[in-house]
Amino acid sequence: MTALPPPSKKKLGLVIDLDTCVGCHACAVSCKEWNAGGIAGPLTDSDPYGKAPDGVWFNRVHSYEVLGDGRREEEDGESCASSPSSRLPSPDMTLHFPRSCLHCETPACVTVCPTGASYKRAEDGIVLVDEDKCIGCKLCSWACPYGAREYSPVEGVMKKCTLCVDRIYNEHLDEADRQPACVQACPSRARHFGDLGDPESDVSKLVAARNGVDLMPEFGYRPTNKYLPPRPRRAGGDDARDDARGNAGAAGDAQATNPLKWLDRILGR
Amino acid sequence: MHPALSVIFFTTLSGAGYGLLCWAALGALGGSASPRTLLVATLLALAMATAGLLASFWHLGKPMRAWRAFSQWRTSWLSREGVAAVLAYVPALLFAAMLLPAMIGPHALGEPVVYGARGIAVALALLACALATVACTAMIYASLKPIPAWGHRLVLPGYLGFALLCGGLLLAALDASQAGRAPSPMAAKALLFLAAALGALKLHYWRSIDAAALPATRGDAVGLPGRTVSVVERPNTEANYITREMAFVVARAHGERLRGLALLLFAIAPLACLLAIGRVPGIAPAAWLWIAAIAALAGAFVERWLFFAQARHVVTLYY
Repeated sequence: MTALPPPSKKKLGLVIDLDTCVGCHACAVSCKEWNAGGIAGPLTDSDPYGKAPDGVWFNRVHSYEVLGDGRREEEDGESCASSPSSRLPSPDMTLHFPRSCLHCETPACVTVCPTGASYKRAEDGIVLVDEDKCIGCKLCSWACPYGAREYSPVEGVMKKCTLCVDRIYNEHLDEADRQPACVQACPSRARHFGDLGDPESDVSKLVAARNGVDLMPEFGYRPTNKYLPPRPRRAGGDDARDDARGNAGAAGDAQATNPLKWLDRILGR
Repeated sequence: MHPALSVIFFTTLSGAGYGLLCWAALGALGGSASPRTLLVATLLALAMATAGLLASFWHLGKPMRAWRAFSQWRTSWLSREGVAAVLAYVPALLFAAMLLPAMIGPHALGEPVVYGARGIAVALALLACALATVACTAMIYASLKPIPAWGHRLVLPGYLGFALLCGGLLLAALDASQAGRAPSPMAAKALLFLAAALGALKLHYWRSIDAAALPATRGDAVGLPGRTVSVVERPNTEANYITREMAFVVARAHGERLRGLALLLFAIAPLACLLAIGRVPGIAPAAWLWIAAIAALAGAFVERWLFFAQARHVVTLYY
């Protein structure tokens, strides 16, 4: 049934920390590895070792440049660090952004499905595709603004993140391993898995502490997964901060090589 | 959006077929067309609708499971379209059966049949089912929020307009071929109005989607509203399903040229043909009407290609 179930108490999902994600693609690779043999497998590729490798991935990691706070494209070229104001704007930064299904509360991909192959689980809110019912019309992929669904031309059906439903409840695995493959693989602990419907859960507390956000909430699909925005960066390093305080450049250089100053800087983070 | 030929064939051909069914029902209710014309029109319309439905199977990954698409009419416009499209065959076949006796009777080409209450009910049901099918087709697209060009309020009237224009011109052409006469002044006026209104509607639609930006920015897409975000590295070196399906780009110059061509074919050519009927000696009304009908169909095809190719999906913000 593509009618949505009443909102579940339990809302399993991911919290992705854009502050600590280093863009290593380990989540994407381990997702591919697990799910190629999991319930949503195979994750087919075409021409995998050829000139134009192509395939289905549930998780893709984008890398962006984010201009400093308040800076716009047209101001490009003007250095933030040279700003004389005492409150320094944050500098430009790199943002690594893993993109996967957000297991929305009101997913349009489910309601547009003509066959009932797409469904949202009433018990924990996971959005899944029943590949035995899918006719491969691709309408669900059009309905998703997050690009979560990918079509497998080899199998003729739609594929998507399962939140590793075959891991998280798998009693053959050690309890510690019962979490999505992407979460386990992340070397910088940028991915967290848990019940976002429970305000007392670790993930809910993390979202509250770090002001986690929904992606494009204006569409009204109410994503379960949350993203933690990067923490504000200091502008231009210590030299610039010292310059802003009125110190001479030479004094700043000397201080930067002082081991105690270095220690202070590390501990001050 | 990637313009898949199967879907374009389906929406234009079936649209015209269901439009022709509407006009056949209206022709019977208005008592203006001969039974033979109406029967030929109904059969042609069913052939077009069927051909379009079969074409739509081409873009399915698992066409043998297509029957499942009738099940989710409670939530899915695609499912509703499937149900309405098949349901329309019932009144259409009843309508054809109703015309058969008159068809083999002495007045097959002459006087229109006067239908009883049952006949009127069948014609009304046919009209309703055919209009509902076209409306459902439009709503499949109009209900997709991530593609703002499709959510435009002129999408539904546009789909209905194309179905009625193509269907109306086809019925007029069939009638002129069978009976050798020009369309009635009322029918001619209706077709002139449809062609002109549809031209104006599409011009307004194109101007409106060109002026509108996507409802979100790349900053919104990555959860940093208000920040300026630019792509450093894509997740993969090659194209993938998302970029191929959603990030189709048509050059602006090509787009402008194709819009001009579409407008010429579906609005200007039918208007010129309708106005030329009876004014050029030696050319029968049927010839003008067939040219107009075929031009309108070709124009609808170009317009539908642009409808897909020029619609931007929000997911392109990530790329």
